Amino acid sequence: MTLSWKWGGLLLGLVFFAAVLLVKPIGVSTQFVILDGILWDAVNPEIVVEDPAAKHGYASPNPYLNKGGGKYAKNVANPLNYSFVFVIAMIIGAAVSAFLRGGVGRSERTMPEIWRANFGDAPWKRYLAAFAAGFVVIFGARLAGGCTSGHMMSGIMQMAFSGFLFTVAAFVTAIPTAIWLYPAEEA
Amino acid sequence: MSMKILLALLIGGAFGFALDRAGATNPNLIIHMLRLSRLHLAKVILLAIGVAQVLLFAGLLTGIVDPAHIHIKTANWGVILGGILLGAGFAVSGYCPGTSVTAAATGRKDALFFIGGGLLGAFAYMLSYGWVKSTGVLAKIAGGKVTIFPIAGTKYPALITAIPGEWAGIAMGLGFIALAFVLPDCLRCRVRKPAKAAE
Repeated sequence: MTLSWKWGGLLLGLVFFAAVLLVKPIGVSTQFVILDGILWDAVNPEIVVEDPAAKHGYASPNPYLNKGGGKYAKNVANPLNYSFVFVIAMIIGAAVSAFLRGGVGRSERTMPEIWRANFGDAPWKRYLAAFAAGFVVIFGARLAGGCTSGHMMSGIMQMAFSGFLFTVAAFVTAIPTAIWLYPAEEA
Repeated sequence: MSMKILLALLIGGAFGFALDRAGATNPNLIIHMLRLSRLHLAKVILLAIGVAQVLLFAGLLTGIVDPAHIHIKTANWGVILGGILLGAGFAVSGYCPGTSVTAAATGRKDALFFIGGGLLGAFAYMLSYGWVKSTGVLAKIAGGKVTIFPIAGTKYPALITAIPGEWAGIAMGLGFIALAFVLPDCLRCRVRKPAKAAE
């Protein structure tokens, strides 16, 4: 069962507050980089190396993994860190919730009903669009330095100027795009 | 297991659970929010930000929350450009980074394709970061890591210093909560197509 907006919003708000109270604001999109780094380092062990001279003790020939004194490089080398485990735990939490509410219906598993109403039933079309959208979303999130969790939710709750900039830019684009792409409603 | 990893499991687990229960793992609800036809998630987001903000600033005021936990991200042109890109993909797919991984966990296969594209997008950014930086889009706007109102005990400058940030934060949070209640369930409410259905 999906909760009413009141209970859903309250529950999410408590989690965002608990994160800042106990550790730090919630963020997700950086972990796509960390997972890439782990895979890349598995293929090529030169990608992350120990470097006592670096601020975080690790360095990388890749400028992005190396930035900020090797902060990302360190997390690639030590996947058992707070932010990476946090995302793994999110996956477990959502899976438990979905299991308890009886899961997602079979046809919904391939694509959302609103997609079907506008683009038809072919799964490859939806998969291709989701793949392309994933590319653009995460590239954009890294360019922005955060996503809907880190910039919008965590940013605005802390009154970060960047959070407001991000949210306006994202929604000013997303709303007309969704209205244009999805003229039809599901039955 | 360190305390921090235990907290990651607990808070991360609660976050994933809450996202699913709030309906955020359902791309139908995200797309309906963006096409303004069902504002359930907009109300959820506004209420969640409001509740978190009121608690955060009340906590800072009473000393329960350590100001060192505040973490403000940099404002630059990349935030705006990246926000535009994210917004476009958000509308196409009905997923954002956090809801894609949780949606995949609920059994949605299209979310797995989103994650695959996301890993490739992150890799593309890793490879192009040097170039992106050289274009100057990552130059700070308005001082970069700034807040709207000042937060005592942090190093972050504020845009408006006339009001103490703790009280401004509580007021802003209450404003978001009020907005969640005022916002209707839909702005572009279901428009029925004439013709065929009437037969």
